[in-house]
Amino acid sequence: MKRSITRLLMAPSVIMLLVWMIVPLSMTIYFSTIRYNLLYPGQNRFVGLMNYEFFVTDPGFITAVANTLILLLSALVITVVLGVMLSALIDKPFFGRSIVRVLLISPFFIMPTVNALIWKNMMMNPVYGIFAWISESLGLQPIDWLGTYPLMSVIIMVSWQWLPFAILVFVTALQSQDTEQKEAAQMDGATGWHIFRYLTIPHLARPIAVVVMIETIFLLAVFAEIFVTTGGGPGYASTNLAYLIYNQALLQYDVGVASAGGLFAVLLANIVAFFLIRAVGKNLTV
Amino acid sequence: MTLNQQRKLKTLITGLLAWFVALLLFFPIFWMFLTSFKTELQAISVPPTLFFEPTLDNYKIVQERSDYLLHAMNSVVTSFGSTFIALIIAIPAAYSMAFFPSKRTKDILLWMLSTKMLPAVGVLVPIYILFRNNGLLDSRTGLIIIFTLMNLPIIIWMLFSYFKDLPKEILEAARMDGATPWDEMVKVVLPLSIGGIASTGLLSIILCWNEAFWSLNLTASNAAPLTAMIASYSSPEGLFWAKLSAASTMACAPIVVFGWFCQKQLVQGLTFGAVK
Repeated sequence: MKRSITRLLMAPSVIMLLVWMIVPLSMTIYFSTIRYNLLYPGQNRFVGLMNYEFFVTDPGFITAVANTLILLLSALVITVVLGVMLSALIDKPFFGRSIVRVLLISPFFIMPTVNALIWKNMMMNPVYGIFAWISESLGLQPIDWLGTYPLMSVIIMVSWQWLPFAILVFVTALQSQDTEQKEAAQMDGATGWHIFRYLTIPHLARPIAVVVMIETIFLLAVFAEIFVTTGGGPGYASTNLAYLIYNQALLQYDVGVASAGGLFAVLLANIVAFFLIRAVGKNLTV
Repeated sequence: MTLNQQRKLKTLITGLLAWFVALLLFFPIFWMFLTSFKTELQAISVPPTLFFEPTLDNYKIVQERSDYLLHAMNSVVTSFGSTFIALIIAIPAAYSMAFFPSKRTKDILLWMLSTKMLPAVGVLVPIYILFRNNGLLDSRTGLIIIFTLMNLPIIIWMLFSYFKDLPKEILEAARMDGATPWDEMVKVVLPLSIGGIASTGLLSIILCWNEAFWSLNLTASNAAPLTAMIASYSSPEGLFWAKLSAASTMACAPIVVFGWFCQKQLVQGLTFGAVK
């Protein structure tokens, strides 16, 4: 009796997510095996694995996979490390702490398109940007960030967006840290670093797992920042898997190849998820 | 130096450092806001102009060029609407998993999260075709459906973690009094979880408001939310930073101010079960 009620309560969510997963996925699998180009309608014949071959041998494929992983790992490291440091910094009271907190978390509320446009134009522009002006004031040659370091520029933008999220979660977690334990450690002569290393970091294990999990979901699919700023270039220097597929589907109208690529993205996401869940899974739910 | 002085000095240094970092991270937003009141010439001047006579011209031009109110309304309707629907679907599921767990609960939860791992580009074409065939392209309804499904796994997970931390004794007491699972959920769990539900909802609203991929690809003029409006200003033709800044400020201001007001609430619920 109770079992059936609890199943009933879960049913809407499970069914909706199942449909959301299976319907588009099976359509994608189907499209990936036919020749399907929007420029040549009516020629949709079965081509087996040709689309896959075409996508994998695309000159940008290896680069795109590498870029996706570099982007993911760099942004994760930056946001988690800085996030822990900054949230530990603002954990103790000081003048205007609440304002500092508001300022720190604000970038999270900025939409990715706007984020990208601010950085591309007003910060990183090699002629009129703030960075160029700072370089020149210091007597240095201004850097064309998006031209010279396209992937790093995108990483900076994405990290700027997600650092506040990490701070939000860590600040919340630190509030629940046992102050008595900290005071006791202090009495015993533990230094600030020791308290941070042996009490704060272990206390943050679970929030870190949570941040890694959620950020991974979003970082694997970074799109707007690349779309608005570099367009994946120069060459394939800042193309990630998401952007490469987008390129196939919407710029070259090749739905078949794009679908094959989409399945690769799904595969990559699942490999990452598998390792991730194994690594942080024990900290996640129970 | 006495111990008290030492402590004061430490607080001072912490404070200064924190302020410095906070201002540094906030600077791009501040600069965007400032630039929106400049003329186009001032916007690209080197060295940067800090003091100038502010003008509202950019805002007027943006309003003339695009129907700001329509796009803002689209953003509000889609993000609040989808969050509301997703919460209604997610609460019973999270409740059931948190209080009546079975052996498979953890697997189901991880499976739900893994659906979120499916990259949107991978399924863009099928969704586009389904939407086109069902007249959902460029409609608020279509966007609400996508947003609801998109955030459902995260919402369920957050609520699940929150529910799990509720004191079990209260529920047991209710059960002793003969409450059914439904009664328990509506009369005991929900009132206790207003905080968690609110912050889950807030996070979902923020994610929807800022969602760019689906909004760019599935909407045109009618249902385009603010993210899509901004994209129309990103064209490379010339340098229109002042106008771009005005449009960006208009697009972000509602959610930023909303976020500022709700940040206490947001922080309280973002525990993901991390607090014992």
